[in-house]
Amino acid sequence: MALKILVTAKRVEDPESKIRVRPDGAGIVTEGVNYKLNPFDEIAVEEALRLKERHGGEVVVVSIGVDKSQTELRAALAMGADRAILVRHDGPLDPAVVSAMLQKIVEAEKPDLVLMGKQSIDDDQNQAGQYLAERLRWPQATFASKEASLESEAEQKKDPGVVLGADGRSLTVVREVDGGVETLVLALPAVVTTDLRLNKPRFASLPGIMKAKKKPLQELAAAALGVDLAPKVVVKRLSEPPARKGGVKVADVEELWKKLHEEAKAL
Amino acid sequence: MSNVLIVAEHGAGAIRKATLHALAAGQEIARRTGGQVHAALLGKGLGPLAADLAAYGVEVHVADAPVLERPLAEAFAPVLADLAKAIGATHVGAAATAFGKDVLPRVAARLEAGMATEVLGFGGDGANVTFRRPMWAGNVLAEVEIATAVKVFTVRTTEFAPAQRAAAPGAVHAVAVSIDPAALRTRHAGFREVKSERPELTEARVVVAGGRGTKGDFAPIEALADALGAAVGASRAAVDAGWVPNDWQVGQTGKVVAPELYVAAGISGAIQHLAGMKGSKVIVAVNKDPDAPIFQFADYGLVADLFQALPALTAKVKAEK
Ligand SMILES: Cc1cc2nc3c(=O)[nH]c(=O)nc-3n(C[C@H](O)[C@H](O)[C@H](O)COP(=O)(O)OP(=O)(O)OC[C@H]3O[C@@H](n4cnc5c(N)ncnc54)[C@H](O)[C@@H]3O)c2cc1C
Ligand SMILES: Cc1cc2nc3c(=O)[nH]c(=O)nc-3n(C[C@H](O)[C@H](O)[C@H](O)COP(=O)(O)OP(=O)(O)OC[C@H]3O[C@@H](n4cnc5c(N)ncnc54)[C@H](O)[C@@H]3O)c2cc1C
Repeated sequence: MALKILVTAKRVEDPESKIRVRPDGAGIVTEGVNYKLNPFDEIAVEEALRLKERHGGEVVVVSIGVDKSQTELRAALAMGADRAILVRHDGPLDPAVVSAMLQKIVEAEKPDLVLMGKQSIDDDQNQAGQYLAERLRWPQATFASKEASLESEAEQKKDPGVVLGADGRSLTVVREVDGGVETLVLALPAVVTTDLRLNKPRFASLPGIMKAKKKPLQELAAAALGVDLAPKVVVKRLSEPPARKGGVKVADVEELWKKLHEEAKAL
Repeated sequence: MSNVLIVAEHGAGAIRKATLHALAAGQEIARRTGGQVHAALLGKGLGPLAADLAAYGVEVHVADAPVLERPLAEAFAPVLADLAKAIGATHVGAAATAFGKDVLPRVAARLEAGMATEVLGFGGDGANVTFRRPMWAGNVLAEVEIATAVKVFTVRTTEFAPAQRAAAPGAVHAVAVSIDPAALRTRHAGFREVKSERPELTEARVVVAGGRGTKGDFAPIEALADALGAAVGASRAAVDAGWVPNDWQVGQTGKVVAPELYVAAGISGAIQHLAGMKGSKVIVAVNKDPDAPIFQFADYGLVADLFQALPALTAKVKAEK
């Protein structure tokens, strides 16, 4: 019943960083910006580890990007993943290309499950998992969540939110959708993308960080995968949206009402 | 022909409002490319919905089959991709709802197409129509070009006024469905609806939202919302704590709203929250910390305890009615 799980790990700007567009509009200012593992991918790693702890198996993390993406892979290894693959690529990508590359990795690794973030917090495209599932003709469950809250006992006990069937060949996933919560049962192999409320990722322990340094990290060049690397979505220009100006502070509810009623005519 | 195919959504026996915004976006592309707008309607027992949709003056393609009862991406994607090919669509779009984001990338993969998510607007003409979309939680706007023959997109509904009914309805065509239910590897196993008498969050004229500052007590938020006929929203902190349904989250990774009035109470104003509400016409912040970041964006800021300020405002609203 052991599961082999492939998890994607993208290096992104820290969500706490202030993002500014370069004057030439060709990119963002990277000086002073910190990088980290995409928060949704952190949740994917956590979920994979919980499944492994419950059922046994192997957790392989893969990142596509610059050499420095090793840092994010080591972070995932420090959390407990078994080994890592870095597909070295320096240049623009898009989910169509990323998913074509991941398809090659999946064909080589043959995992039972691919766990991915629902979106990268840099490009916010929310596509790569779905593209990959279609390329593989696998079932998918996007926006995986769970019914129990992040403050619940189940979460304290680190129960997996996605549930492996007794036969070991199916997965029950609760999804956050419009107007409610949906439950899907997928036949494995499958692609699952994570939403924020699937779990609270663990912090790497000091021994975990030490061990991670010795875990295998395989590197390969993007070109070696034999897929067309030309982006299908080409960013022409970046700009900053008009800033919203702060307004005034009001003294009390009476003044607030007056402003909303007479000045803003919102009430 | 450079046709535009818009994928419709329906629920509770009606076309979803989000679809009307997506149709409007489709009409704008059609004006730029000289194409025609078509709509795809998939489901089971669709009955009068096709005519409802055709009333907007678009040609409607209806795939009505038991296997399409639930919007499973695995089943919907091949039907939509085949339809897009059959009508010679160069652009395939939908609203950037959970449904649109789930299904459209799979359609794009089938069509070997590039895709843009949460499109805010368009530029250029003909085959060179460009797409404007947010990145980095809305801190950056990007103008992107899709380099493939077919271009797939989802649109942010708040950026497009809904399509209007046309004088002459469009034609309705039936689409044959050849999906084998036994071959599907996705099974729907339940849906727990979050019922609400309040207006839909993304459509509401007024939104009252609460955050961690409520400490789990949303009663003052809900009372003000009800006095104003408003929808209720929440920060991620409030949703993560399990205080309110997931469906209420406003932000980068939740819903994007742009009401006439947004009241944020006990919400600090993190960049990821702002990403979901900074398009609001008027923003009011109620927070007991005078240095909360939200005050840098709010039109009207009230430094106060929400448990006192909100009930007072609710009483005022009721008294003035
Ligand atoms: C002006 C500009 C220049 C850029 N230049 C570069 C560049 O030089 N180099 C570069 O690498 N990128 C670059 N990018 C970013 C690149 O375009 C995005 O990585 C790409 O569009 C993927 O989209 P996404 O991350 O939004 O995917 P989404 O669909 O939002 O991602 C969903 C999930 O897919 C997985 N995933 C996505 N990408 C990767 C990845 N690379 N590795 C592992 N898992 C992944 C993750 O699990 C993620 O949670 C640039 C972007 C812009 C705007
Ligand atoms: C990848 C990622 C995605 C995210 N996506 C989202 C998203 O979509 N939406 C979102 O909202 N967040 C999102 N976040 C989280 C975001 O960064 C913040 O953590 C979150 O918005 C904080 O919620 P809050 O303002 O309710 O809580 P806090 O930041 O804790 O603020 C609570 C506020 O309440 C005030 N307060 C306390 N008591 C009272 C009282 N009695 N009366 C009045 N005021 C009071 C405090 O002064 C404080 O300002 C995301 C984060 C990440 C990393």
